[in-house]
Order: sequence, then structure tokens, then C-alpha cells
Amino acid sequence: MISPLEARYYRRRMPLLWWTRRRSYTFFMLRELSSVFVGLFVVELLLLIRAVAGGPSAYAEFLDLLAHPVMIAINLVALAFLLLHAVTFANLTPRAMVVRLRGRRVPPRAVLAGVYAGWLVVTVFLAWLVVVA
Amino acid sequence: MTDNITLRVARYRPDDGETEPTTADYDVPLRADWAVLDGLNYIKDELDGTLSYRWSCRMGICGSCGMMIDGEPRLTCATFLTDLRPGPVRIEPLANFPVIRDLIVDLTDFMHKLGKVKPWLIRDEERSVDDGEYLQTPAQLDEFKQFSMCINCMLCYAACPVYGLENSFVGPAAIALAHRYDLDSRDEGDRQRLTILAQPDGVWDCTFVGECSAACPKGVDPAGAIQQAKLDAVKSILMPWRSR
Repeated sequence: MISPLEARYYRRRMPLLWWTRRRSYTFFMLRELSSVFVGLFVVELLLLIRAVAGGPSAYAEFLDLLAHPVMIAINLVALAFLLLHAVTFANLTPRAMVVRLRGRRVPPRAVLAGVYAGWLVVTVFLAWLVVVA
Repeated sequence: MTDNITLRVARYRPDDGETEPTTADYDVPLRADWAVLDGLNYIKDELDGTLSYRWSCRMGICGSCGMMIDGEPRLTCATFLTDLRPGPVRIEPLANFPVIRDLIVDLTDFMHKLGKVKPWLIRDEERSVDDGEYLQTPAQLDEFKQFSMCINCMLCYAACPVYGLENSFVGPAAIALAHRYDLDSRDEGDRQRLTILAQPDGVWDCTFVGECSAACPKGVDPAGAIQQAKLDAVKSILMPWRSR
């Protein structure tokens, strides 16, 4: 129950396009949208595994599908969003985590460097696995 | 002869039968040492005594003069007119809060939330005064000092689209202050606060827009505090025995 005084308060509503009003809001919405593309990549990976399980012909057919210009375009857009997602997530780490070594607080920059170093190590390992092994 | 600058001020006078805000233009002197608040005081003293707004300390401590200046949440005492040339400068009440009159918003919701997160020292067993104070090292103070700089000006709420869209969200400043006490070595109330923060409308509503930290005039990082509180909430589920 609101009082007669409160009933006269002016309550503003956020416009539907509130996220176009500030660059940081738009960037935030793009980042939220990026999760759709992360999901898309997961689906693609699952389909790839299914194709591999389906034998050489199914695999070749799937590769042909991926080579289609439309699929390449979709994948490039998805990759861009995926990188945006990953970079913004990584950059968040030093603010979300307070890391201590021997009782001392590790500077945020060092934490961030650690995250990127870890990312690099995993990427190099995966590249080695795919290309060499 | 000093230059003038136009302040385009939002007016809302329900007493006069107005049902929605209007704007009024006022020309005020553009002086090098004048903040927006000085301009508003000039209007109140010299041009239109009916203008209503909150202010107190004029030095960024009391947190009562927050308004939207050209669409950005700012302290009017810390925003200088010369930086807003050539004008007109849009001055509106703090976004995301109901407007009572002119530039004054209703604080009730924030005050309620602030109390809900118990921003004070909680002890399992209070020590008696005779036992002396709770001691703390400089390193322990550094753990939370940044978050204790909050002046409750609510600029972070005006910057937060999550709060703007759904005002049941506890919000940046209240969570930052809860986190400040959770990090305090003298406090033992983290479990009590977690039951509030881990609920719906608590930390998980935050989608990390990050604008609260950008808007904070005191260099507090509420967005960081909320993410840290999220990690604490997860840890308390995974390792329930590890409570301070």
C-alpha cells in the first residue's frame, strides 16, 4: 500500500533502447549476445563429433558443409564474439579474485598476466595436439 | 563581465498539479571555481527560490548532491561548470529512483537495502568494553579499506541498468558495503550476510556491466566486490566447513 504522497512520485521507466544510449552499455549487450555464439560453437563441436562417429563419409560430408562460404562467414562472426567473450572474461579475473602468495597480495596485473599465460599454454598444447600429434 | 552558462534543470512540481517533469533554463555565471552545485545555489538564491535539491557538505563527503549531469550520474559538488562548456547543461534527478520533486529522489529503497545487508561488525560473542578494542594490523585494514570509502551517494545505482530494469536487485553499494564487513578481520557475520547476498535479487542478478565502478566518485570498485562475493558464495557451497 503506497501513501498518497508516494502515489505522486514520478517513476521513470527505462526506454526499450536504453543500451544504445551509452557506448559501455552497447558493449555490454554485445558481450551478453556473445554467449549465443559460444553456444553455437559447442553445438558445432557436438555435430563434428557425431560426424566423426558416423564414419569417413559422414565426416567428409560435414567438412564440405563447413567449407560453404555462408558457414565460414557465420564461423568468423562467431569467432569474433567468442574472442570478445573470452577476453572480457579473462580481464575480469583480477577484480573477482584476490590471489595471495606467502601472505602477500599478488598485484592485479600479475594475476591477469598469469591468466593470459595459462591461456597461451593451453592454446599451444592444443595446437601441438592437432597439428603435430 | 563574466560569461554565463545555461543550466537546463528538470522541474517536477506535483503540488502545482504537474503530472510529469518539465525543464527550465537558467543562465548562471560561469566562474572558474564554480561547480554545478554552485550554479544550482545561484538559481535558488537569485533566480528561482522554488527549486528543490539536496546538498550538504560541498566537498564530496556527504553523498547527497548526486544528480544526472548531461545524462551521467555525478556529484554536483565535484563537477565543474567550466568542464561543461558551452552548455546548456542538462541537470536531472538521479536515474532509476522515483522523483519526489524537482531534483529530489526517494531514498527509501536504498536505505532499506543498506540495512538488510547488516553493514556493521557482527561478533559471535561480543567482547566487553573492559577487554579493550578489537585489534587489527595495517595489512588487515588494507583488505577492506577501499570498500569502506563508499559515501552512499547512490550514483552506482543510477548507473546500473540491472537496478534500473528490476529494482528488487540489492545493488552495487549495498553489496560493496556487505563485502567490506565480510573482509574485516574483526567481523564474524559473513554467514548472515551470505544468506541475503546469495538469494535471488542478490549478487547473481549482477551481469557485470561495470558502470557502477566507473560512476563511483570515491574510487570504490562495487563491480569487483560483487564478483568477489559471487566467488565467496560458490566457495561456501563447495566448502561449507571453511567459514571464518
